[in-house]
Amino acid sequence: MTDDAPVVELIDVQKWYGAFHVLKDVSLSVRKGEKVVVCGPSGSGKSTMIRCVNRLEEHQGGRIIVNGIELADDLKAIEAIRKDVGMVFQSFNLFPHLTVLENLTLAPLWVKHVPKAEAEDLAMQLLQRVRIPDQAKKFPGQLSGGQQQRVAIARALAMKPSIMLFDEPTSALDPEMVKEVLDVMIELAGEGMTMICVTHEMGFARAVADTMVFMAEGRVIETSPPEQFFSDPKSERTRQFLGQIIGH
Amino acid sequence: MIRPQDDIHNATAAADVEEPSSAVLAAPSAVVWKPLNWAKSNLFDSVPNAIMTLLAVLLLWEVVPPLLSWGVFNATWFSADGTAAACRDGTGACWALMGEKNRLMLFGVYPYDQHWRPALATALVIAMLATSALRRFWVPALAYAWLGVVLVVAWLMWGGILGLRYVETPQWGGLPLTLGLALLGIVLAFPLSIVLALGRRSNLPAIRAVCTGYIELVRGVPLVSVLFMASVMFPLFLPEGVTIDKLLRALVGMTLFTAAYLAEAVRGGLQAIPRGQEEAADALGLPYWRKMRLIVLPQALRLVIPPIVNQFISCFKDTSLVTIVGLYDLLAATKASLADPDWRPFFVEGYIAAALVYWVFCFSMSRYSQWLERELATGTRR
Repeated sequence: MTDDAPVVELIDVQKWYGAFHVLKDVSLSVRKGEKVVVCGPSGSGKSTMIRCVNRLEEHQGGRIIVNGIELADDLKAIEAIRKDVGMVFQSFNLFPHLTVLENLTLAPLWVKHVPKAEAEDLAMQLLQRVRIPDQAKKFPGQLSGGQQQRVAIARALAMKPSIMLFDEPTSALDPEMVKEVLDVMIELAGEGMTMICVTHEMGFARAVADTMVFMAEGRVIETSPPEQFFSDPKSERTRQFLGQIIGH
Repeated sequence: MIRPQDDIHNATAAADVEEPSSAVLAAPSAVVWKPLNWAKSNLFDSVPNAIMTLLAVLLLWEVVPPLLSWGVFNATWFSADGTAAACRDGTGACWALMGEKNRLMLFGVYPYDQHWRPALATALVIAMLATSALRRFWVPALAYAWLGVVLVVAWLMWGGILGLRYVETPQWGGLPLTLGLALLGIVLAFPLSIVLALGRRSNLPAIRAVCTGYIELVRGVPLVSVLFMASVMFPLFLPEGVTIDKLLRALVGMTLFTAAYLAEAVRGGLQAIPRGQEEAADALGLPYWRKMRLIVLPQALRLVIPPIVNQFISCFKDTSLVTIVGLYDLLAATKASLADPDWRPFFVEGYIAAALVYWVFCFSMSRYSQWLERELATGTRR
């Protein structure tokens, strides 16, 4: 499933919010088709890191290279990267004034200039894939949280990205809706998508992750394959964290 | 008047809604005399309320009959000989003034024998406004229709070609001037205000400084001084021989002024849109202007329809200030039409009529905005 070329590479990335050092020497390398699950206590910088990959946040030191393009101030480069990197947010961030179908066709129509019929066909296929084709004409506000998040995944996929970023996609969901979203993500992983996923869903991590990353206080503490990560973590800090979230 | 049989039914139904009290149902006699009952429970249910009710009745008694007798029963509606003689003999309002002076009030100093032109232009614009208000006409063809109407209106007002006599803008006046200034002012100020509001929230310091400075500067001065600047000071800076139409200068003044206020209303809407909306648009790769046009502004503007319409109404009424730079808007034209010594005593009637015209337009805007809010909210609210 994976080959060797890294499609996302973070090298000694630094970021400050004012005087607060959020990311310290963060390095990460993701190969094509690799699934990376990032976990860590809140405030550890994991969301900030993933948001740096498509430049929702600016990094102040180090290098970020996505698909061979280095992220800098060049707007064209940023737009090119964003076209190829889909993102799913904790709070869905669907466009409430547009129907589900319009949410899905918006970017293909206005960024890629795909013909309307083609964009709608693709949107319907994707809705089929996330199992809510019958909701196409509804507005996001009329859907449940789980359905909204599946729409959000479909919206990101509508741009046919090669990399998907998930920023705590199930944290804002009611417990009974978590599974329907994870199922879609697992299916997506099975199709070979490159994924970077910030989540506390350790069951999901065990099922799909090729690499586990543990972050705390703005640093990457541990990067290891899931078998080792869960059974024999290298660092004490990781062990503590796993004890806390799995113990419950 | 009240038939007991029918009323029991109505009262029962009404009682279910208004008050759960079973006393009404238990006493049939009270049901029959429901109006009295209602008055007792709503107007005289306590001593302070009874006093307020009596005072209100007294006030109405003092005000309404004299007003009616002045405005309706004793009013002079027509003048047979075209003079105010009939009015001076009467004790009531002199609505005959309208019959004599309506054209002067409505069209100001526009050449008298050409009044059909501004009248037709105004009617066309009002018809187009009414048409554009309806959702079923929100199609691309509407834009072309407007373009056509604007050209026809310009031709009617200016003339000069196709057999119409040329009428220069200082001769324009009355309702067409008020309507034109307000409408163009609003149409031009609105996009400008959006640019200003976006600029004030820009990440680029230079753009932010310019927009903030502009808004704060213009908001800090009265419209009267902006109009004076536009009409008196501005020409001083122009090279010799170059003049810019006075009406155009007033329009530019109005537009710049209105835009500054509108910009703050729009900014309020922009601030109400969650950060995640922009982030989602960014993440999809939408460039800035498309993100604003497709995602942020449709949501933000819908939120601020009330303050925006507030500003539109303000703008409509503020057009009356152009009189200070020598333009004859509706109010100034009304005033001018009262210069006739024969009719001068009846200025109150003239101003009431002018006020009524302003009110009709402003109230329409207000009602329409309420409808628009409901219409645009369909299906999108949680």
